[in-house]
Amino acid sequence: MPNIGIKRSLLFKELGQKYTDKEFDQLCFDFGIELDDIEPIPESNGEDVEYKIDIPANRYDILCLEGLSRALKIFLQKGELPKFTLSNQKLIRMKILPNTQRIRPIVVGAVLRNITFNADSYNSFIKLQDKLHQNLCRNRTLVAIGTHDLDTIKPPFIYDAREPKQIKFRSLNQQKEMQADEMLEFYSKDSHLKRYVSIIQESDVYPVIYDSNNVVLSLPPIINGDHSKMSVNTKNVFIECTAVDLHKANVVLNIMLTMFAQYCSKPFEIEPVEVEQVDGTVIVYPNLDDRVENVSVKKINKRIGIEVDAKTAATLLTRMSLRTKVIDPDILRIEIPVTRADILHFCDIAEDCAVAYGFNNIHKTVPKTVCIGNQFELNRVSDLIRHSVAEAGFIEALTFTLCSCADVAEKFGKTIESIPAVHIGNPKTQDFQIGRTTLLPGLLKTIANNQGTALPIQLFEVSDVILKDLTRETGSRNERRLCAVFYNKTPGFETIHGLLDRIMTLVKVSYNENKSGNQGYYLNNQCEDTAFFPGRHAQVIANGGNIGIIGVLHPNVIEQFGLKLPCSILEINIEPFV
Amino acid sequence: MNNQKENTASACSSTTQKPTSSSLQTDILSYLSTHDELNTWTYANEHKIDHQLVIGTIRSIQSIGDIIKIEQHTNRSIAPSDEGKLLLQNGSYEYNLFQAIPADKGIEQPELMKFPNATIGFAKAMSSGWLQVDKSSKPAIVKRKVENVHDEVQNLLKRIQSLELQDASVKEVVELKKRKLVEDVIVNYFIVTKSSEFSTNIAKGEAELTAEMLQTGSWKTLNFKQYNFNAKGMMPSHGCLHPLLKVRTEYRQIFLEMGFTEMPTNNYVENSFWNFDALFTPQKHPARDVQDTFFLSDPAVTTTFPEDYLEKIKKVHSTGAFGSIGYQYEWAREEAQKNVFRTHTTAVSTRMLYKLAQEKIFKPVKYFSIDKVFRNENLDATHLAEFHQIEGLVADYNLTLGDLIGILYEFFRKLGMTKLRFKPAYNPYTEPSMEIFSYHEGLQRWIEVGNSGMFRPEMLLPMGFSEDISVIAWGLSLERPTMILYGIDNIRDLIGPKVDLEMCRQNPICRVIPAKIEE
Repeated sequence: MPNIGIKRSLLFKELGQKYTDKEFDQLCFDFGIELDDIEPIPESNGEDVEYKIDIPANRYDILCLEGLSRALKIFLQKGELPKFTLSNQKLIRMKILPNTQRIRPIVVGAVLRNITFNADSYNSFIKLQDKLHQNLCRNRTLVAIGTHDLDTIKPPFIYDAREPKQIKFRSLNQQKEMQADEMLEFYSKDSHLKRYVSIIQESDVYPVIYDSNNVVLSLPPIINGDHSKMSVNTKNVFIECTAVDLHKANVVLNIMLTMFAQYCSKPFEIEPVEVEQVDGTVIVYPNLDDRVENVSVKKINKRIGIEVDAKTAATLLTRMSLRTKVIDPDILRIEIPVTRADILHFCDIAEDCAVAYGFNNIHKTVPKTVCIGNQFELNRVSDLIRHSVAEAGFIEALTFTLCSCADVAEKFGKTIESIPAVHIGNPKTQDFQIGRTTLLPGLLKTIANNQGTALPIQLFEVSDVILKDLTRETGSRNERRLCAVFYNKTPGFETIHGLLDRIMTLVKVSYNENKSGNQGYYLNNQCEDTAFFPGRHAQVIANGGNIGIIGVLHPNVIEQFGLKLPCSILEINIEPFV
Repeated sequence: MNNQKENTASACSSTTQKPTSSSLQTDILSYLSTHDELNTWTYANEHKIDHQLVIGTIRSIQSIGDIIKIEQHTNRSIAPSDEGKLLLQNGSYEYNLFQAIPADKGIEQPELMKFPNATIGFAKAMSSGWLQVDKSSKPAIVKRKVENVHDEVQNLLKRIQSLELQDASVKEVVELKKRKLVEDVIVNYFIVTKSSEFSTNIAKGEAELTAEMLQTGSWKTLNFKQYNFNAKGMMPSHGCLHPLLKVRTEYRQIFLEMGFTEMPTNNYVENSFWNFDALFTPQKHPARDVQDTFFLSDPAVTTTFPEDYLEKIKKVHSTGAFGSIGYQYEWAREEAQKNVFRTHTTAVSTRMLYKLAQEKIFKPVKYFSIDKVFRNENLDATHLAEFHQIEGLVADYNLTLGDLIGILYEFFRKLGMTKLRFKPAYNPYTEPSMEIFSYHEGLQRWIEVGNSGMFRPEMLLPMGFSEDISVIAWGLSLERPTMILYGIDNIRDLIGPKVDLEMCRQNPICRVIPAKIEE
């Protein structure tokens, strides 16, 4: 969730009213944003503070002071949604050259004419670009914004992609010209910009925008040229957005324009730019037309559980920056402004109506849905077994599902290749390389951390392991296991063996003395496993199937887990008993 | 005060007579029958028995029953120091020196000074006027001045040792203290008085009722030792369930009581299609970033999907459908194929709802689950890479946001929370979306307790549900309310290998107490 910082004094000035922090917090709560923190502004000598406000991830229109105060004023019925208009003069043209299609095919743009910034609004203009880059633009991978002092460059502009060695210019705030490949090398060491370098570095051509004097405006999505650098005194702003996603490019451009056109000499008037596509067609940006939807008041009431008439609903929606007209007692005509790119469906409109109505004013009703509850049988059986093992004197552990390769392989004298584990491709630490294929490492680690506890330590866990299984849809499956360990000065195999006998009694599987056939359970010691002391382990066979293993751990395993005493263990699949 | 030391045991060691414990017991009781109180220190001294033996006997009488009362006191006294004890045994230096001088002719001074401790002995003997030195010959000859001497120092030490002399201010004692032959000690002693069941005739009593006593009937005439009810009992050997899972049981029970059916959530690995795409989460959503989600490298992808459903999902994302304008981007099958460790159990809810939508006749359902989910997050005191998600949903005709608010009040009432409020929120697959806050009386503030919403039509309609069916749902983590319940600050104290097993053992029964039903 984006978090924005706004000076309280500026915000209250825009709202035309002062609030206590508590009152403003309540306003935020009702509107669906969150006053996350209040930070002092040292240079204001205690006069002013900065509000840190959490904004929902789909509300790009309230990521800056201009947008937020506008939306709150409308919400409080102190203001109206402005009408955004386009100026009609001869348009600046931008031409897309074919090479760009290999790397970053889209560009859109527009101009803010005769704008007057002050320090605060200019700062807001810069910050909004940052917020959009981080969120909607997905760290500039999808869209990158370039803003320029139009008076320093000469249209028409060319959007091209060229070999790095052919691009040479002086980038923002740098003294020397650099070749584009050197420049990327240079910025790969920059703490702020290095994360964007990889977006284009591997490409044979880099996107670049030139003016008609061959001045470089920007090397998107990395850096602008110093030549067209903006300042607080800039009067005419050229905004270009290069992108791989046209819809998002439009949203970003529209947000930048609609937020700051209020500072133009003709407020909210925007000068379009025409973009000549590779195929020669020309598209004019921006498109600021409202989207019009007709919605039924009855449907809104039905979804939210309120009963408002058309007029009330229209008022509520208008407060949410949706210009609404009553067509008839059931139908509303809603003009969705370009700023509200979050409105995708009727349900978004219904929600806005509910927000303005107040979630906490909605009459609560209990659904009349009648159902008979049921447990998931595997969980029911697991719980019964958990209780039985605890009754037998074992302490239940709760350990992690994710673990390292070594936890299931090397520590048991095995290789990871021999283990049917699912592997994580992007682990942040060695602790999360795979899904566990056995519950044992977690229990042994728990003992290692509890060596001061009185002996014997008897631990168990009933939980899922994850096994690679290519017959399944995702190529893997969970398996519900019971694992128990006994840790003492002697291995106490008889205790663990006794626990197995006890569990088998409880699940009504009797001992099979013949050690063959599909009935009962028995131990098969004709098996090899490096995890165990030679000759002191066996497979557990139940109803003809191998359900797990029992035995005394190998001294190497004990050492690998940082333990000091002998240990016997049991690990079985309990799914056959469901 | 420097040489003052704890010295209660050795007060009478050299004069100790050793009475048997039972005879001493009788003696003490008969003493008490004629005296108001007994001072263990005085008693030991008077009877020349070891003080510790007296105390031991008193304690054993006390263990028999409410026969005597005891009260501890502390006193200062004096006792021979380690050096003093040597003198007590061997005589003073001056006395021994005197005895070493032949009675008739005396001894050459250098020869005399070879005796042990001769310097101190000579000085003291001289000042006592026991010796004379004939300096006319060379070397000088030391002769006895008197015929016979008494070893006063040894006598004094004996008297101190036998407690005849305890007044540290007596002149001779002061002298001995200067010589560091005597030091201050602290004496712990007891004043013993009769108690309610006092009798001079007490038997020790039987410790336990035995099978033999029952058979012979001897228990009828025997005295039994009193139990000590002030001590703790012996802990039975026991296992226990894990504290977090005890809370899980309570939550599970609440859902079952409310008529919810448990979903099968035993599939930790899910593909992006069911975890994200089917939930109308766009393919470029931050939640699908490698920074947030664990992607699998092996098995990396899922290849089988319900193709007609997948086509609808693709459409609703890319160009819009079912009344939605969609996200307007190029939806890629490859992205949907990627396997992940599921980031929420809502992936399972989605599969369950899809299954439900395929039924010929729609039957309303209430589903719940509590199981693990995984996030590739930065870890801290309250965040692990895996945690338990609690989730509930109701699917029925014409459910409203008011219904969601109503059932949340019912659910949280069962958790003991009645003061709720709801904040508009954003979530890709619910609209409206509400964060749930509850007023915490202990913390005196509103805390976020969960998330909720109505599933979006873009999620439900592609499944095949008709438009008048809505699904309300909510979710919360199991760990957070459990940490608040138990007052645990670090999640690693609750989950994982670092959990203290003793904490698990001591953890009480978990009972989540519902609030009273509102009138």
